[in-house]
Amino acid sequence: MAETALTNNVEPLARPEGWRGIAADWSSDQRAFKNVSWGKAMMWIFLLSDTFIFSCFLLSYMTTRMSTTVPWPNPSEVFALTIGDKKIPLILIAIMTFILISSSGTMAMAVNFGYRRDRAKTAALMLATAAFGATFVGMQAFEWTKLIMEGVRPWGNPWGAAQFGSSFFMITGFHGTHVTIGVIFLIAIARKVLRGDFDVERRGFFTSRKGHYEIVEITGLYWHFVDLVWVFIFALFYLW
Amino acid sequence: MTNVAVHLEAQQHSLQAHAHDALASATTHTKGQQHPIKLYLVVWGWLFVLSTCSYLVDYFGLHGYLRWSLILLFMVLKAGLIVAVFMHMAWERLALAYAILLPPVLVLVFVAIMVFESDYTHLLRVVFFAPTA
Repeated sequence: MAETALTNNVEPLARPEGWRGIAADWSSDQRAFKNVSWGKAMMWIFLLSDTFIFSCFLLSYMTTRMSTTVPWPNPSEVFALTIGDKKIPLILIAIMTFILISSSGTMAMAVNFGYRRDRAKTAALMLATAAFGATFVGMQAFEWTKLIMEGVRPWGNPWGAAQFGSSFFMITGFHGTHVTIGVIFLIAIARKVLRGDFDVERRGFFTSRKGHYEIVEITGLYWHFVDLVWVFIFALFYLW
Repeated sequence: MTNVAVHLEAQQHSLQAHAHDALASATTHTKGQQHPIKLYLVVWGWLFVLSTCSYLVDYFGLHGYLRWSLILLFMVLKAGLIVAVFMHMAWERLALAYAILLPPVLVLVFVAIMVFESDYTHLLRVVFFAPTA
């Protein structure tokens, strides 16, 4: 079948901004997200749903912590490490925080180099991000091991309220799972970048859609979200 | 269409000109997300500073409302920087920004409900299940 020729070569009308822009974009049965591809829009919507999941975890933690009559274990002491002869509060968590922030920085730059079609730098920065992420998960495994050795269980611990363990394992475990999936995601996309898939618009094996450098930005959205969740966990679980 | 736009943007982009007006206004730009590396480095630096500050709140053992407000302030600032700059929300159209950012704000209603809930649960526990010593 012959392709229909496009006769309308005129520049599209400028879209309204501000509140009028919201009404105009969402109205009349049209595509609401005008300048965002379906892939990016769906990643955002997925992240929104993930936000609700983590909100529920943090809320249940808040509720148990506020309603228990037993004193809550002091995170500052529970997560302290003895380095040399000095006991430093929360030091491991602080280092983990800095590692995750650094990984966000390298990821943001990877997106930038992706759009410039700099294959080597994009892949290198993505792999650096993945390495930071793997380090983070490793430190979390160390933290879990330490706490389990000290007798923390989902049903109790030596220092106070029994719900401390269940909240801790649930929240950090779910976050760690997200980081792990992110590392796998990053490595998979970095491999495609290195191979030059996005320069020749090679089709994905699963979706059969043409690959574009935008996927680096979408991967980045996921990764920054993982960092974002850690910001809340750090503040609400470890520092509270 | 979008893919075409994404590709065009990568080629025909003047970074410096973009840096200022991108920061100045959160307008649409069909050219996509290309921002100067320096901006990311500055945000990165700020995230380090804010994290250090929130760690120091714990290190110096601040307590009470001062601790709470500082921790929450640093948390919100960090979250804002990540979403606005790293996730490029500052440069998206409002239709997307509101669709994604408003629903999590409504979670605060849920928080308020659960604060009441745990308050009276705690009260009942203290009144009826306090260990008699």
